[in-house]
Amino acid sequence: MNRSRGRGLQAYAVLYLLFLYAPILLLPIFAFNSGTIIAFPLQGVTTEWFAQMWGNATLRRALTNSLTIAVSASILATCLGVFAARASTRFTFPGRGGMTGFIMLPMVLPEIIVAMSLLVVLLGLGVQLSILTVILGHTLICMPYAIAILSTAFSSLDRSLEEAAYDLGESRWGAFRLVTLPLVMPGIISALLISFTISLDEFIIAFFLAGTEPTLPTYIFSQLRFPRAIPVIMALGTVLVVISVVLLAIGEYFRRRGNARIGGSPTGGLM
Amino acid sequence: MARAKLDAEARAGLSLIAPPFLYALLILAAPLLTILAYSFLTDGYLEVLRELTLDNYLQVLTDPIVRVVMMRSLIVAGVVTLATVLLAFPVAYYVSFMVRPEKKAMWLFLITIPFWTSYLIRVFLWKVILGYNGVVNSSLTGLGIIDEPLTFILYNVNSIVITLAHAYAPFAILPIFVALEKIDRSLLEAGRDLGESRAMTFWRVTLPLAMPGVIAAVLIVFIPTIGDYVTPEVIGGGKIPMIANLIQVQMLALDNRPLGSALAVTTMLIVAVVSLIFLALNRRFLRVRQ
Repeated sequence: MNRSRGRGLQAYAVLYLLFLYAPILLLPIFAFNSGTIIAFPLQGVTTEWFAQMWGNATLRRALTNSLTIAVSASILATCLGVFAARASTRFTFPGRGGMTGFIMLPMVLPEIIVAMSLLVVLLGLGVQLSILTVILGHTLICMPYAIAILSTAFSSLDRSLEEAAYDLGESRWGAFRLVTLPLVMPGIISALLISFTISLDEFIIAFFLAGTEPTLPTYIFSQLRFPRAIPVIMALGTVLVVISVVLLAIGEYFRRRGNARIGGSPTGGLM
Repeated sequence: MARAKLDAEARAGLSLIAPPFLYALLILAAPLLTILAYSFLTDGYLEVLRELTLDNYLQVLTDPIVRVVMMRSLIVAGVVTLATVLLAFPVAYYVSFMVRPEKKAMWLFLITIPFWTSYLIRVFLWKVILGYNGVVNSSLTGLGIIDEPLTFILYNVNSIVITLAHAYAPFAILPIFVALEKIDRSLLEAGRDLGESRAMTFWRVTLPLAMPGVIAAVLIVFIPTIGDYVTPEVIGGGKIPMIANLIQVQMLALDNRPLGSALAVTTMLIVAVVSLIFLALNRRFLRVRQ
């Protein structure tokens, strides 16, 4: 059909991708640039910033905190998500739409409002701010994303498989563990990875609810004011981008494998 | 019998959804109700007095600073939403209609990756790109296209708009893509067979059918941008606050929780009203479809 129109659109789409990737492509350039000022022209190649990053004690503490938070929040969010996804795809009950909608609310609520209201309550109750309070907040905001992925996994499940297990004498729990769980496992792994990535990158809630504990994003934020610290931040950013991309690629792989296993299309879900 | 079965199913469903629902009640609903209550109370020194008042809302409505910041947030969010959706539509269209089916997933994956990388660093990099000695200005002066660095992109509302439009681009593409994918291709052929031009087919068939996706994209971009905290802080250096920055300042720096709560509640109301308007529009489009 109309070739020229297709080509024009393709050129536009490629330019758009370039615009999307512009900042990320600059990241490694400045991370390996030996100049201390983040501007062109470039000076020379160095790995010093990565070495400095490795030797930074606060940064290590921030990394440990971030990993602790991300692992805990992603496991909690996915577990709670399994309950919600299973309930909303398998059963009809009064208030299903309302309750599910409410659980999904953090997806469309400005994060500053979630963070501020939770902070006010925690301070009012006299709760000590720590990484524990961040985990509480991150679980809340990761849960809707986990549910979105898990619902796709659960809803494309063939109910007769479970019924077959009942007929063969399995208990409710036995059927879930032996039939349902293996089939939705790719969805669960995908939900874990997405939640982990969201939590690792989340700034607002960590900034307000962590007290004096640093996380990677709040550490980055605190360093952006100091021009001398920027090259190290660029190195850190490069590492984080690589980690995120790897995790997402693994998540995407599992999601597609899961879809293939239950005969779904390769697209759909969160992507 | 049927009744008992339904009840058993309802019970099973309710007990399953209880843990996540209770969690959301505890961590989300209780805090939201708390700030709703705070917004009607009086601010005392270092404490919140239990005297009911509407003064906080009066102040939100009349204070000139609040009005400036509120208008700025609305305008920025509006412009960002318009720009993002207009720029995203052709990309979604290209991926849905022109890309071969087996390559679609890869395109979507490529589009979403930048969204998952550190938001803070991306925002900061835009500051680097747009800054006085930034990538844009140093390249343009280097190439001899301009003599003086461009100033209209420096640390101001324009740079906030560009940064936010970049940050939320994938949010706009995905819902539009999903809507376009759902369009029955034979409808387009029918339009062409009945003698419509390509442009008219797009205008009268494709666009109306894609409208639910466009409206979803509008909402999904507008809501987080109006509440964005990081971009005004990093790009504007705290000098061009948006509503989220104002809420934070009132809640923490000035320790005026009632006023901060009233601002937060007002923001949620604005978001809710905008959402309802667009959802009503969506309903109209859906009716036209049937």
